[in-house]
Amino acid sequence: MTQASSRRDLLKGAVLGAVAIAPGLTLIAPAAQARPAGSAASAANRWGLLIDTSKCDAGCTACVDACKTEMGLPALDRPATDAQYIRKVDVKDPKTGHQHSLPVMCQHCAKPPCVDVCPTGASMKRADGIVLVDRHICIGCRYCMMACPYKARSFAHEDQSNQKAHNPRGKGCVEGCTLCVHRIDAGGRPACVEACADTGRAAMIFGDLNDANSEISRRLSKQASSRIRADLGLDPAIRYQGI
Amino acid sequence: MGMRVVMLALLLVLMPWQGARAAEAGPQFPKAQGQCVEDAGTMRRHHFDFLKHQRDDTMREGIRGAKHSLKDCVSCHAAHKDGKAVPVNAPGQFCAACHDYAAVSVGCFTCHATTPGEGKP
Repeated sequence: MTQASSRRDLLKGAVLGAVAIAPGLTLIAPAAQARPAGSAASAANRWGLLIDTSKCDAGCTACVDACKTEMGLPALDRPATDAQYIRKVDVKDPKTGHQHSLPVMCQHCAKPPCVDVCPTGASMKRADGIVLVDRHICIGCRYCMMACPYKARSFAHEDQSNQKAHNPRGKGCVEGCTLCVHRIDAGGRPACVEACADTGRAAMIFGDLNDANSEISRRLSKQASSRIRADLGLDPAIRYQGI
Repeated sequence: MGMRVVMLALLLVLMPWQGARAAEAGPQFPKAQGQCVEDAGTMRRHHFDFLKHQRDDTMREGIRGAKHSLKDCVSCHAAHKDGKAVPVNAPGQFCAACHDYAAVSVGCFTCHATTPGEGKP
């Protein structure tokens, strides 16, 4: 093998996926593959997040800001009714005084109560575990908002303008975090995760919980993690560390 | 009798003019760029079925990249003025021209973007 061809092989390896420098240690994480056009979301995947709250800074809103920009959510300065797909929650242990901050969004439950209560079938779970609102058939009854224990959904109270092409949204419909389904289908990762890695403190990891070799699954198999309100048995796809 | 003949003559004289007027009538809208995914007749008759079918496939099954996409309608059919795209639901534009003419009210654009690319202007 000539030197030129071995270099080409190395480059090919880098383009195709991971460059392993030692077992269990990868230099370049394999890029998530875009699903081929025409194929449906598959139950072989279950997309989820792992959020390390010890890294999450109380003053940082990179994920929240990135979500608003990505999804075209207007800031009308009306906190009670403004749409929010992700929010920062500051919590404090009253006994010890220990404080920390964590982002909370739709937890993409395996057994979503929002889907159970929806009278029209608009609230739905896709095959790959992403919980969505089909706004074509949402009648705006807001049962799902009441059923959600995570306060993850918003309601569009007013006529909307400047919507993003990938996030159509309008008055009279409930909406929430889509886990950036448009990005995932194109092989990307959610905007909040990207912003956290770029301008925040890299507290969030996105990946496939069903893939034992994904970074998120490997971390979850080795380190302790928890889910918010695990007692409800909803099996959320968002896991936290440090709470 | 004489009156009837006059009426008939008048009708015959006016008919071609009426015909020409009928050809000119109907909605006028800017020409699209490129080739449509179906022939014009099929699109006129079935575009709403195509869109509704695909919207459910995409939204609920996650099937992307099929050919009957509202996004693609907008990207070919939005006219451009002064370097900016004109919303397809503005009066006289591609979607609005026919729907206004036929008195059809469409709900697509209360939610969907009306110009190509990222979003509404």
